[in-house]
Amino acid sequence: NESAPQESESNQIVSCSKIHIPSNHLGGFNRSNANDGRLLSSSPGAGTGGTATGNNKPAPGPPEEQQTLLAVLQFLKKSKLAESAEILRREAGLPEDALDPKGTDASGSGPGLAAGSGQVDGVDASSLLSRVTVSSSAAAQAPKKAAAGEDQPDVSVVLSAYSQQGDPSLYDAYYSGLKRFIESVLDCHRAELSQLFYPLFVHMYLELVYNNNESVAKAFFEKFSGDQECYYEQDLRILSSLTKKEHMKGNETLLDFRTSKFVLRISRDSYQLLKRHLQERQNNQIWNIIQEHLYIDIFDGMPRSKSQIDAMSGSLAGEARREANKAKVFYGLLKEPEIELPLDDEDEEAENEEGKPKKKKPKKDSMGSKSKKQDPNAPLQTRIPLPELKDSDKLDKIMYMKESTKRIRLGSDNLPSICFYTFLNAYQGLTAVDVTDDSSLIAGGFADSTVRVWSVTPKKLRKVKSAADLNLIDKESDDVLERIMDEKTASELKILYGHSGPVYGISFSPDRNYLLSSSEDGTIRLWSLQTFTCLVGYKGHNYPVWDTQFSPYGYYFVSGGHDRVARLWATDHYQPLRIFAGHLADITCTRFHPNSNYVATGSSDRTIRLWDVLNGNCVRIFTGHKGPIHALAFSPNGKFLASGATDGRVLLWDIGHGLMVGELKGHTDTIYSLRFSRDGEILASGSMDNTVRLWDAMKAFDDLETDDFTAATGHIHLQDNSQELLLGTYMTKSTPVLHLHFTRRNLLLAAGAYNP
Amino acid sequence: MAADREERRFAEVSRDSVKLMAESAGLELGDEVAALLAEDVCYRLREAAQSSAQFMRHAKRKKLTVDDFNKALRWSNVEAICGYGAQDAMLFRSVKEGELFFVEDRDINLIELALATNIPKGCAETMVRANVAYLDGKGNVGPQGTVPAAVQSLSDDLLKYYQQITRAILGEDPHLMKVALQDLQSNSKIAALLPYFVYVISGVKSVSHDLEQLNRLLHMVKSLVQNPYLYLGSYVRSLVSSVMYCILEPLAASINPLNDHWTLRDYAALLLSHIFWTHGDLVSGLYRQILLSLQKVLSDPVRPLCSHYGAVVGLHALGWKAVERVLFPHLPAYWANLQAVLDDYSVSNAQVKADGHKVYGAILVAVERLLKMKALSLPQPAEGCSSSQPGCLAGPMGYRVSSPGLSPPPEPLAEAGLGIASHLQAGGAGCQWEEWSPVPLPAMYSELYSFFGDSLAVRFSTEQSFGGFSPCTPSHFRETRKEPLGHVSNPDTTRKMPQLTANLNISPRQDGSPRTDPPPPSLAATGSVRSLARSSMQRSRASSSRSGQRSIGLSRDVFPKARFTSPHSGPPTFSFVIGGRQMGRRCQGRRPFQTIFVPTPPPPVVLPRVYTHKLPVIGRVCKPLRRWTRSHYSLHLPL
Repeated sequence: NESAPQESESNQIVSCSKIHIPSNHLGGFNRSNANDGRLLSSSPGAGTGGTATGNNKPAPGPPEEQQTLLAVLQFLKKSKLAESAEILRREAGLPEDALDPKGTDASGSGPGLAAGSGQVDGVDASSLLSRVTVSSSAAAQAPKKAAAGEDQPDVSVVLSAYSQQGDPSLYDAYYSGLKRFIESVLDCHRAELSQLFYPLFVHMYLELVYNNNESVAKAFFEKFSGDQECYYEQDLRILSSLTKKEHMKGNETLLDFRTSKFVLRISRDSYQLLKRHLQERQNNQIWNIIQEHLYIDIFDGMPRSKSQIDAMSGSLAGEARREANKAKVFYGLLKEPEIELPLDDEDEEAENEEGKPKKKKPKKDSMGSKSKKQDPNAPLQTRIPLPELKDSDKLDKIMYMKESTKRIRLGSDNLPSICFYTFLNAYQGLTAVDVTDDSSLIAGGFADSTVRVWSVTPKKLRKVKSAADLNLIDKESDDVLERIMDEKTASELKILYGHSGPVYGISFSPDRNYLLSSSEDGTIRLWSLQTFTCLVGYKGHNYPVWDTQFSPYGYYFVSGGHDRVARLWATDHYQPLRIFAGHLADITCTRFHPNSNYVATGSSDRTIRLWDVLNGNCVRIFTGHKGPIHALAFSPNGKFLASGATDGRVLLWDIGHGLMVGELKGHTDTIYSLRFSRDGEILASGSMDNTVRLWDAMKAFDDLETDDFTAATGHIHLQDNSQELLLGTYMTKSTPVLHLHFTRRNLLLAAGAYNP
Repeated sequence: MAADREERRFAEVSRDSVKLMAESAGLELGDEVAALLAEDVCYRLREAAQSSAQFMRHAKRKKLTVDDFNKALRWSNVEAICGYGAQDAMLFRSVKEGELFFVEDRDINLIELALATNIPKGCAETMVRANVAYLDGKGNVGPQGTVPAAVQSLSDDLLKYYQQITRAILGEDPHLMKVALQDLQSNSKIAALLPYFVYVISGVKSVSHDLEQLNRLLHMVKSLVQNPYLYLGSYVRSLVSSVMYCILEPLAASINPLNDHWTLRDYAALLLSHIFWTHGDLVSGLYRQILLSLQKVLSDPVRPLCSHYGAVVGLHALGWKAVERVLFPHLPAYWANLQAVLDDYSVSNAQVKADGHKVYGAILVAVERLLKMKALSLPQPAEGCSSSQPGCLAGPMGYRVSSPGLSPPPEPLAEAGLGIASHLQAGGAGCQWEEWSPVPLPAMYSELYSFFGDSLAVRFSTEQSFGGFSPCTPSHFRETRKEPLGHVSNPDTTRKMPQLTANLNISPRQDGSPRTDPPPPSLAATGSVRSLARSSMQRSRASSSRSGQRSIGLSRDVFPKARFTSPHSGPPTFSFVIGGRQMGRRCQGRRPFQTIFVPTPPPPVVLPRVYTHKLPVIGRVCKPLRRWTRSHYSLHLPL
């Protein structure tokens, strides 16, 4: 058993009980994992024990079987079936201590296993054990959560991963045989069955590599990689660079393939066709792969067309299963608290003197009537605890309402004006931008680890006085809030120092008292905008945190990063309240639903997931993007979600039905910013291609006819009407658009750094 | 093919490189090991590149930096590679003998660096600047002076010049503006920019609310027109249309009565004539077009009075022939409308009425000159025939009038020798249009007299005063007209520019100054003042005051009103003061006029005599453009 150069790499599988898909996470070079600190702890020692699963033996033999026995033994122990274990051990003639030594090393979670010294010959076993441990833990949960059961790879699948194989030279024949078959079937089935090509290709290739058939694998790749859909190009590139078994260990893409089943949706007719063909041909190799690594979601009815399939595919792990999007989502908005508009409303006085009494009434009524009607789709007001409104919040709400009355009604014939905030001299690299809801402050996160906050109104930024000075203040005075501010510190710009890596995400709290920033250094920091100091550093993601956002009601915030999990935090807890695990790759952007009960995350695995804040469940999985997702936006009514990705497309999703409802093509580069106008009529998208585009969201959503059939099957018919929906393309001057924001009156603010 | 693809897929580190690197570290590697290592190194490199790409994506960049790569290494527990973070490109060099390639890495003398005196300043502070990029989803709204997209194709120098000039002219600093205009007027190298300046000027339509800007744009026109190095070509048309816009349109600025848009119109009219006389030959049919559009406005009763005013001054500026051809035929029809306005004494009408008086004044001035020029244009020998005509009192100054009062620069006296209206004809060449039969002077005069009554007459009568000044024509004029006045002790001779009176019947009353005299003096004033008509600065206050006395008792019988000119009327100065004051505080606009009119005037035609008295203010008295001349009085209609 030679030990590979990267012997020290850890190979950990993390499965999170919150969601029922195990996320197998290997660190790149010794990167450890998406450890959520609950189910499995990633002890540093774990790395030392594990090398590759399986071993380096070229062919299956007795040791392999012994491994299997060990695994089963481990499983029995874990399940507290001590007697059975003992019997098995005796029957197999295994030494008593066969599995004890490495148990702890590998997983740290086997309480019954005593720690032992790591031995060279035990390496294989221990790594295997670690896998078993995980699997078993997952399996152990299965009975508890019925829905979870089928998601869990069962022991045998994990064990047999790529170990059994046929003749390497036949792979070519198998694949071409299937290809010939699929090409010969009726058109209506061909599109569906063609979905099989990619996962089969990848798995067969990996099997070849895994079993050290390097040259065969290369030839196989050469021959068939050209057949794959173009949107898998990126994955194929990664795949092509991988020709050695040793390299597989650290490769995340591969792990995702091995541990998660690739999901295909195929109509029953097509499936029968395929099954019959494979049985006739006795093509066990392919059949096995289908059985073990693919999940075929069979539906009754008409096979889907090529365009329908293409619209939904493209993610790392195939499409979402239908039942993944069946959960009920309360996408309605929460009732707004009723706030009395103060009678001595100076604003209104100024605006219309004689109409004051008249105007007041209808306004109040409309407010009242709106809030009295409870949206049937809205979650209970108390579904998750929300912070109580402070007086200042109420004042702000009043401001908001006043501003809303002056809001410009946008539409296809009434486009918003665009005001561009250009960051000049940002040589250090602007990485994130946020604007407060009232558009009074703008903050930038920079690659030099700083966060800079500017006031864009004449009101300068001031710090609160020092404690000593505060003591001198007359606390009874009416303007005490004014007096506590230190006039000497007034300036347009404040710089916040604290991070030790580029700041990738930034978010103002709704009350403008706090600012969140997430950084490459793995922390999220909470800053006070009263004192301009750091209040808390939230540690938990041990890897770069790509994005963070405050809940629309404040208090909660969400973050997501390279460790593939999103976390929900509350500002007064230093540990996360929820961990949302399930993405197969980095979480690149996070967004709160307007009702604060859900969180959407976009990922490099090219899927978008919607998580329930209350119980941490994943309630929606949206597939269809062909590149990492970098922008998300909820429509103001909470019904729809828009997402933008590196593929330059914006996709629109109906949250209630869990369906894709639109595709907006036009951008030529990554979309970094999406925003709906305040009333949801216009969707603005900002991109790396130095343009802002405006889309007719009203039309896009109005034209929808979601019939029951579509809703039930998830088969969508997208019209290609991007050009009709595109209301305008607005060039910037060499400035990528990093952020978009609609002011309360529907003026569109865009921001970016001038990039000559 | 397959091999091709393989090659393109990624760069590889060769076995030999690995061996070399190992050697440099003091290790001997076998071929097999080296091959394995090479492959592994390639893979690791690719992997690191892959993961560094995501740092690039999240930094929202398109360029992968060394920093990104180092971050990827760091997160893979590999030491970062230091020393390559510089922005400058690395020098990659080779040594021929050893076939070695390496990155040049010079020694840096730290002492030198530390003790260096030329410390770089560091870059400017990061800042956020807001600009409205798109209004209502349309168009690029740039600040004034920004460059239209097309200009960007110009050379840098020109571009800079263009920006500087437009900014200076449209900007706040009056001094800068002067300099810019001066340069625009004399620069010989800006031909390429002409279209863009013309484009800027065509922006008048978008700033019709801002008199100041309109004024500046007109100044720009003037400078361009005066630039001897520019060939305007067909851009004349565009310039003319911009100027016409200022003359004729009911500008947004004129909604507020406090805005002195009248001056703007006068100036624009002046400019129009200037363009026309100097560049009119560049575009055929221009004259006709201009006249047509002026005529259209004039004959359109729906247009506001200020438009009519513009049309009248425009015609006037184009010369008496234009007046004769367009204004005169339309006068009867137009008169009825104007009359209605002037007769309405209701308070609500006050504003309109004031405007009406403006128009009235402008018409009066125009027709007066018409009459005069007409008279002059009659062949001298024929004068006998017109002897009995009160109207044919063309003064000797007619000669000079021929020059169609253009720009401020004084007309050289020498021009007196030119044939009458020579310019006019030249300018109007080829523009003979429509059936238009000249009305004989007497008929014209009687018709006009029926409109204006004595106010017309008075002016003529006083005119004679400077008839004497011109030595060449004196005697026969007097003879023909049996005029007593003639050569009165003629103080006017001092004046360089004998002119038609234009406007100045300023009623002393109106100024409310203590020195105001009753109407008669005002008449005297008028008489004296007529010389002022020239728009330029040369009017001398003193001379005009002296002239006042001259007219004493010279009135002919034909012009009974002349009697009113009292010899001892206050020195005309007072009227200037009035005018000056009004114009000086420009925001007060026309209020004084208004207040005075309301009580007084009876309908002019019915009672010509009375009317004359009561219509003191009709002529335009104002300072044309503040900057142009110090004189409060400059009439800016050169006659």
